[in-house]
Amino acid sequence: MSETCKVSSERRGDVAILWTDGYINNQGGEEIAKEAYSRLEQGARALVLNLEKTRIVNSIGISILIEVLEKVMDRKGVLAFCGLTPTIDKTFRIMGLAQYAEIYPTQEDALRGVEAKTA
Amino acid sequence: MSDGREVSMSIPVAPEMEIVATAQAAALGEYVGLSRDKIDEVKLALVEACINAFEHADCRDEQLHLTFRLGREPQAKGREFLEVEVLDKGKGFDHHRVEAPSLQKTFVSHRKRGWGLQIIKSLMDEVDITSGEWGTRILMRKYK
Repeated sequence: MSETCKVSSERRGDVAILWTDGYINNQGGEEIAKEAYSRLEQGARALVLNLEKTRIVNSIGISILIEVLEKVMDRKGVLAFCGLTPTIDKTFRIMGLAQYAEIYPTQEDALRGVEAKTA
Repeated sequence: MSDGREVSMSIPVAPEMEIVATAQAAALGEYVGLSRDKIDEVKLALVEACINAFEHADCRDEQLHLTFRLGREPQAKGREFLEVEVLDKGKGFDHHRVEAPSLQKTFVSHRKRGWGLQIIKSLMDEVDITSGEWGTRILMRKYK
């Protein structure tokens, strides 16, 4: 049995979109961080994390997402989430992540939002 | 009040075993008619209770003992609920002394963890934690 998260990504101008598929625990979080740091090193100024194929993010996974957020903030970049289930959305807001990262309903909304912020 | 409909299981302290537990929670949540969003909240709270025990409890029997109960409030037209009990035979802890986390504190700390109990309390309708040298019991309830 493995629920480990698969991560894929694509660069669109200054923005890198990362898609997750599966349970975000420590391994899933590390996969996201590896992909995110690689995209930042390649020059992306904003990251959009599309979590529409993820139904559970545990607190270990969230702690790694916070590390990614810190790295993005250090670079004066933008981190946005989209496609969150109501439970994940609620959890991120409980933790205060919405104060530092953008949360959008859809990927299109997220791309419009981060492009406006990085223009 | 539980009406006798309950399922018990034990899971080993091992990576991803919390996902086995969430499958049971989802099945019982569907049985009692909880919405998908409420089932997701139960699943995440259960994941947090399990990984908290995996990481901190130092369980003597290397097992977590889970009981899922279906019940209804005792008053007339009382709401149905799903209750989940997570019991470990570990070293226990004083949950009153667990500091409330905040993202500001998390940013300046090397330790990014410590959100589990906060997430459980925020997602479930009722949470009761008892702990001692015998171990820890987390009782969580979600109403329909």
